[in-house]
Amino acid sequence: MTASATTASDTAPRPGLAERFDRHAGRLMVLPAVVVILCFALFPLIISAYLSLTRFALAPGGFTLKYVGNFNYKKLLFGSQQYHLLGTFKAFGVVGWVLVAAMAALILFLLGRYFMSGRATIFGTIGRLITSSLAMGLTVLVVATIVAGGVPGTMVTTLIYVGVGVAAQFLLGLGIAMLCAQAIRGRNFFRVLFFVPLMVTPVGIAYTFRMLADIQKGPFAPLLQSLGVTQWSWATDAWSARLMVLVGDTWQWTPFMFIVLLAAIENQPRDQVEAARIDGANGIQIFRDITWPAIAPVAATIVLIRLIEAFKIIDLPNVLTGGGPGLATESMTLHSFIAWRTQDLGGSAAVGYMLLFVSTIVCVSFFNFMVRPARRLES
Amino acid sequence: MRMKRVMAGAAALTFATGMGAVQAAEFDGVTVNVITQTGAIQEPLQRRAPDFEKMTGAKINVIAVPFSDLYQKVLTDWASGTNSVDVAVFAPQWMVDYIAGGYLEDLTPRVDADPNIQQDDVGAFFRDFSEKYNGKVYMITLDGDFHMMYYRKDLLEEAGLEVPTTWDEYLAVAKALHGKDMNGDGTPDFGSCIGKKRNAQSYWFVTDVVGSMTQSKGTSQGAFFNTADMTPLVDNEAFRKALDFLKASTEYGPPDELNLDVSDTRPLFASGRCALNLDWGDVGTISIDPENSKVIGKWGAAIMPGSKQVLDWDSGKLVDCDANTCPYAIDGVNHAPFAAFGGWGGGINAAADDKVKDAAYAFLSYMTQPAQSNQDVTIGITGFNPYRTSQLSFSDLWKDAGMSEAEAENYLGAINASMSSPNMILDLRIPQNQRYQQVVLDEAISRFLAGEIDADATVAAVANGWEELTDEIGRDEQLEIYRATIGAN
Repeated sequence: MTASATTASDTAPRPGLAERFDRHAGRLMVLPAVVVILCFALFPLIISAYLSLTRFALAPGGFTLKYVGNFNYKKLLFGSQQYHLLGTFKAFGVVGWVLVAAMAALILFLLGRYFMSGRATIFGTIGRLITSSLAMGLTVLVVATIVAGGVPGTMVTTLIYVGVGVAAQFLLGLGIAMLCAQAIRGRNFFRVLFFVPLMVTPVGIAYTFRMLADIQKGPFAPLLQSLGVTQWSWATDAWSARLMVLVGDTWQWTPFMFIVLLAAIENQPRDQVEAARIDGANGIQIFRDITWPAIAPVAATIVLIRLIEAFKIIDLPNVLTGGGPGLATESMTLHSFIAWRTQDLGGSAAVGYMLLFVSTIVCVSFFNFMVRPARRLES
Repeated sequence: MRMKRVMAGAAALTFATGMGAVQAAEFDGVTVNVITQTGAIQEPLQRRAPDFEKMTGAKINVIAVPFSDLYQKVLTDWASGTNSVDVAVFAPQWMVDYIAGGYLEDLTPRVDADPNIQQDDVGAFFRDFSEKYNGKVYMITLDGDFHMMYYRKDLLEEAGLEVPTTWDEYLAVAKALHGKDMNGDGTPDFGSCIGKKRNAQSYWFVTDVVGSMTQSKGTSQGAFFNTADMTPLVDNEAFRKALDFLKASTEYGPPDELNLDVSDTRPLFASGRCALNLDWGDVGTISIDPENSKVIGKWGAAIMPGSKQVLDWDSGKLVDCDANTCPYAIDGVNHAPFAAFGGWGGGINAAADDKVKDAAYAFLSYMTQPAQSNQDVTIGITGFNPYRTSQLSFSDLWKDAGMSEAEAENYLGAINASMSSPNMILDLRIPQNQRYQQVVLDEAISRFLAGEIDADATVAAVANGWEELTDEIGRDEQLEIYRATIGAN
């Protein structure tokens, strides 16, 4: 074996430079992108992981980082900052227990169905257990804070922005896209008009909404005053303040949903739609059986992109309310930012990693359990 | 009017002695990057930079960032060794952190050798406390900062009410006037306007109220911590009473007061919508600006209200003022005017090139010289308030700014009364004071006002949060620095 291999290498001509380049062309082409990712994504990720295990302090000529183990995480999850990240808990009531039981039953049902299907694999099982654990944990968190009358922390507030915001943006974007896909006059004008908010910088939108929502001097102030609303402000109530952040976020991101869904709707098979119409199908039937299967992969993908983006919300709550009243509108990114700007770099990095942990599991789960099935639905 | 003053300033500059002839073109080709907050404070630096460039050849590049980001921007730039910032115009409170890293240049020899800066004219508080650390000068003061109370003279007279001297009287006046139309626009206005937005300036106003009860025996007693062991002065009746005041005053404020910072409450007062207001000196100069003010001739300023009861540190209870408990009381009321923030000033990056340092110092010196600062402190949008002794009496300076003699006496009298008080509260200047005030205190107060937590939970949040920080940073070191910064015996 060795002898024949040696003989072969002795007799074969050495490949030329061009040939060797051709052989490694793929890797060489990818290399710059890999280097860039290593420098600008992985390196900061590793450094911030280390930062989250340290305590930053200024020292003559620079700074020191003292290793403190998991202190910053313990403080957030079980210690003095638990109220800030997870919230202030109250004991479950009947509704709370029903919701938790319903979620547990749903998870058990889905897991049981998976195991009974005969397609269960080791990785599939691990993935589902991780997703189930997070879903159960977040459900308990939401019930213990919102449903039971406690105070939500930044994690629950972020989940509200992500869940409610992305759902609203998707439904509105889909609705507007369905309208603009009709043969109506001036539809190109509407397409451009609906797209404009996406091109405005988030901070600009935040300041615009701050001015619009000003109940003393804003454009709607006279209207509110004429309605006798002079002693109420959205900014002092937790839920109305969160709603205002959601309105601004929805105004900005609905166009993204709209433009992508419009392209998907316009690419649906026309012949099938026309055949269905001739057969007497109504609008709902056409949407359910033809349009939705055609746009489902695109819809699932853009929701995934928005999910990833929505977890990082900071501009709107920072400018509109500064995270207040109390902790009501503070997202996890803003939580991390406030810690960072007051020298608590370890605490800031720990919050950042908690966000990364939650958003990664949510988004990967969404990809596996929503985007992939949607693609199969199309095929 | 403002334009005229600016033009007059430019003309005066042409004839300015000291800098012009000697240093003209001395700094050709030198660029000085100056960072400060957006808006007020940025304005005078930006406006005067071209004149300085013409005189000296140095290019002044003013970079502005939001106030809440400024501390960390400067720190990041200097601690990381980027050193793109040559001069920071910042709060004296932050000096201790910047000095700990060795980032600030010792300006003592330069100040001693600079007659044009007229250091003797700078108020003693700013000269001896705000500018210095461990006896060395690290900052050139550009602004004088004290919290004061503003009131509508006309409304109080009309209603037969006295100017409040205690927090209880403040609430009574606010209650009596709340809901009246104060500017004739047909809509009801507000008894009290205080910036209570989170992540803004609200935590300083808490100290105004608490401090008037926790500190009664002079500046060196301190208002934040027990000087024996660094225990926070929080779990006591004084702090709880201050929380009650904040909640009660919110009832007489604008409905969105919890989302208002001082940049919102200032125009509210100037547009005639507030009967009472707590703020820095800026409100006075904004109130005389004919372009923006509807209260010209109708407003007054006074030393911050105080309390007839003060805290017994040992028992945590409030006790009545007497000669022993309140040695500095005025008519039985303990006032503790708060030097909140301590006045903006400029410091120089120790790592900058020597030539840049020279140009940077020359610019700061130019900004604080009376020819410039005497004008800037009379203009509302500058954010600069009086800090030189010569600026604190009525003169053509104030007359030209549009202030009547009576208004000037009232306004400058309030500043003088605050500055000369032996019971003045010095702002917190221990390492990482940002985390004590801007994170722990600010967040707890915001949660309390929003109804998330009650008074006891607020007290616990602040007390435990401060204790945790002190233990984390080092109790003995923090105590030593705290005692040194307030001059405790």
